[in-house]
Amino acid sequence: MPQLGFVLQWVVKALAVVLAITILNFFLIRLAPGDPAVVMAGEAGAADQQFLDQVRRDFGLDQPLAVQLATYVKNVLTLDLGQSFRTGRPVADMIFERLPATLLLTGTAYVFALIVGPLLGAIAAMRPRSVFDSLLMVVALVFYATPIFWVGLLLILVFSVQLGWLPPFGMQSMIPVKGALASTLDVIRHLILPAVTLGLFYIAVYVRLTRASMLETATLDYVKTARAKGLPEWRVATAHILRTALIPIITFAGLQAGHLVGGAIVVETVFAWPGIGRLAFDALFQRDYNLLLGVFLISALMVVFFNMVTDIVLRIADPRIAGRA
Amino acid sequence: MRRRTTMGLMGRLAAVVFALVLAGAGAARAEPQQGGTLNSTLWPEPPGIVIGIHLNAPTLLPSSKIFEGLLTYDFALSPQPMLAESWEVSEDGLTYTFKLRQGVKWHDGEDFNAEDVVYSLTKFIPEVHPRSRPTFARTKVTAPDDHTVVLTLEEPYGPLIRSFDVIGAPIVPEHVYNGSDIRENPANRAPIGTGPFKFSEWASGEYIHLVRNDAYWLDGRPYLDEIYYRFIPDSASRALALETDQVHLATQNDIELVDVARLAAMPHLEMTTKGWEWGAPISWLEMNLRREPFNDVRFRKAVMHALNREFIRDSIFFGLAAIPTGPIHSSSPFYTDDVPTYEYDPEKAKALLDEMGLEAGADGVRAKIGLLGLPYGELWDRLSQYIRQALGEVGVEVTIETSDVAGWGSRISNWDVDMSTTYLTTLSDPALGVARSYITENQRKGVLFTNTSGYSNPEVDRLFAEAASEPNEDKRRELYHQVQKIVADEVALAWLVELQWPTIHSAKLKNVVRNGLGPNDNFAEAYFEE
Repeated sequence: MPQLGFVLQWVVKALAVVLAITILNFFLIRLAPGDPAVVMAGEAGAADQQFLDQVRRDFGLDQPLAVQLATYVKNVLTLDLGQSFRTGRPVADMIFERLPATLLLTGTAYVFALIVGPLLGAIAAMRPRSVFDSLLMVVALVFYATPIFWVGLLLILVFSVQLGWLPPFGMQSMIPVKGALASTLDVIRHLILPAVTLGLFYIAVYVRLTRASMLETATLDYVKTARAKGLPEWRVATAHILRTALIPIITFAGLQAGHLVGGAIVVETVFAWPGIGRLAFDALFQRDYNLLLGVFLISALMVVFFNMVTDIVLRIADPRIAGRA
Repeated sequence: MRRRTTMGLMGRLAAVVFALVLAGAGAARAEPQQGGTLNSTLWPEPPGIVIGIHLNAPTLLPSSKIFEGLLTYDFALSPQPMLAESWEVSEDGLTYTFKLRQGVKWHDGEDFNAEDVVYSLTKFIPEVHPRSRPTFARTKVTAPDDHTVVLTLEEPYGPLIRSFDVIGAPIVPEHVYNGSDIRENPANRAPIGTGPFKFSEWASGEYIHLVRNDAYWLDGRPYLDEIYYRFIPDSASRALALETDQVHLATQNDIELVDVARLAAMPHLEMTTKGWEWGAPISWLEMNLRREPFNDVRFRKAVMHALNREFIRDSIFFGLAAIPTGPIHSSSPFYTDDVPTYEYDPEKAKALLDEMGLEAGADGVRAKIGLLGLPYGELWDRLSQYIRQALGEVGVEVTIETSDVAGWGSRISNWDVDMSTTYLTTLSDPALGVARSYITENQRKGVLFTNTSGYSNPEVDRLFAEAASEPNEDKRRELYHQVQKIVADEVALAWLVELQWPTIHSAKLKNVVRNGLGPNDNFAEAYFEE
């Protein structure tokens, strides 16, 4: 039963956090200078008082702030995220039609990085200061330090413009391909460059984190004991060092998973990937309050959910955590 | 000698024959061909694609292929037939009679008729179209028969004849919109028009897809099978897409000006700056005339003399601009260059500031002012930096203020700014797109694109009003010439450049820019040459 108590406790905490975030966001957005009605007029290149009044009336912006907040929270509790100021469409529709593309991109990059990063980091840690280790550290540093948009543009130049192997942008071909298999392959072809661009950044982080964590763990007494017992080096590395060294990596991976929703704005921009990051970015500049609040809400839910998953995984990896809790 | 002459004659004859053959082949090649998919960039993704409900630039590009107006306009902005086959304006300028084209069908198969026009001009536009609302509020619209529409006015309104393009007065289907909440109508996401292309699909974040309207009223048109408007958010990626022939068309602000010359020089691409006569965009530096020292005309003249607009044109806009002389764009039929002009002369600027008593202190500073730059990216940031530097050289210290578009719009519309940079389309007639920035009546706090500088001159107000209600085009021209002289003399705004938006397209794509509406034309005549 303690697990059930843990989950219940988590759900209550999560709801409170999400509610607090919603209210905080509501006020933060409205603190930014600029009136959505004026932005819409600006985009249209035309405005009169009638237009501005109508926009404010349609979206309740003429109401006192407290009334606006109460209405918003009440609607959210009934799973109604409202309408986008700019397009007039339901916010939930707009978010859920973009969410799969983002999850596909960030999820692929994340899994790719989570497999390759720790693996390379572990190999480097097993032979510190070897040629492989030094080379890998330099490459990781380069990808960690290079702006992600730049990596993206370089990959486009090499693989799309020069070699012509992969499409430079979009999630599917200009003229959509017919047939389930063909269209899946088409999406995969489009996915490679953006996922690799995003993945390279994550890999660089995991390589450095894994290596540092393993080298630190390797100096601990129980590892020396394992070696003294005569265990083969690969077994010391995997069973003794890696398991303990994984804890900071799991924590980091959990934190990152929460950001899968909004974390790819730059890559989505460079590769014209139809995801949610770009949607949020535009919504911010257009002061599309409802859309922005909707994206924040989904994002907050994801962060809270993955924090919970991380906690559970950490309890499994290191039972002492459950004991302490 | 003689032989050479003969050979020369023979050679010339051969050349003529060869040229004729080539010309024949050329003529054969120039024959428009059916088919093909046009891929165009479109950025940002528009909020909607029904002109009128939305007027954003990216709305207009796809929407102008789906919907049509009664008229369209050539490069000189003279009216040309579209849904109206012919039209007549009465001598007194009070009655406009349009004969509508017959056999036109909406994309859902219904017949187009005069009721659609009456509905569009009396219900749709007054409800949703902030730009054209005041124009059509002056008219009474009736339909004596199914194919005739009559507009009557109480007093003549000069710009009316230039108000019937698809952007100013889109004709929408009465049978779809009548009786519904226009903004909530489901057809807004799958619009029904009369244009050469039908709406097919909108993949959010990816593209808008239009397909050929097989029942289009002009036989054999359109030539193209389909158009994809592809949303590509990054300007470097848009340039790459053109470069690799993945897209065939980009326009307006799609391509950074720094990239334009490089792309235009590529053998598979062509570039033109024509086709924005309808929009006629002018960029200016606006000074808040409610504040000192801007309320002194000598200061404004000093600013004009301190700015090297040739440098701005060549180095900031990469030559894709022209230098304006006043409030009216040089492509307008009402333009005159017979106005006071301000050459680059910092010494003159300093003399004017001295005359005002703005002496330089020990630090060389005569005045300190703020500049809110247009937040549309690097080009506009560089413009702000140049203005800061140029005014600094005559002793005016400029602090650049930054904001995003929302904050910028809010501050300008609430007159909470010293100076700001902006650009505005001056539209097809000065009464529609120019007067709004100068007439006293249009100083409306909180509303963008009004007279936000606070300029006021009763004589200018009178001339603008008289020109708007004058039916005779020559008299109108004379009145606008007077306006330009006064406003330029008083430097109501510091006009910086006329923007020349580039349209870059595949060399195989023909008939892209055919009239004053440019890329916002309906593309019925556009085709790919093999």
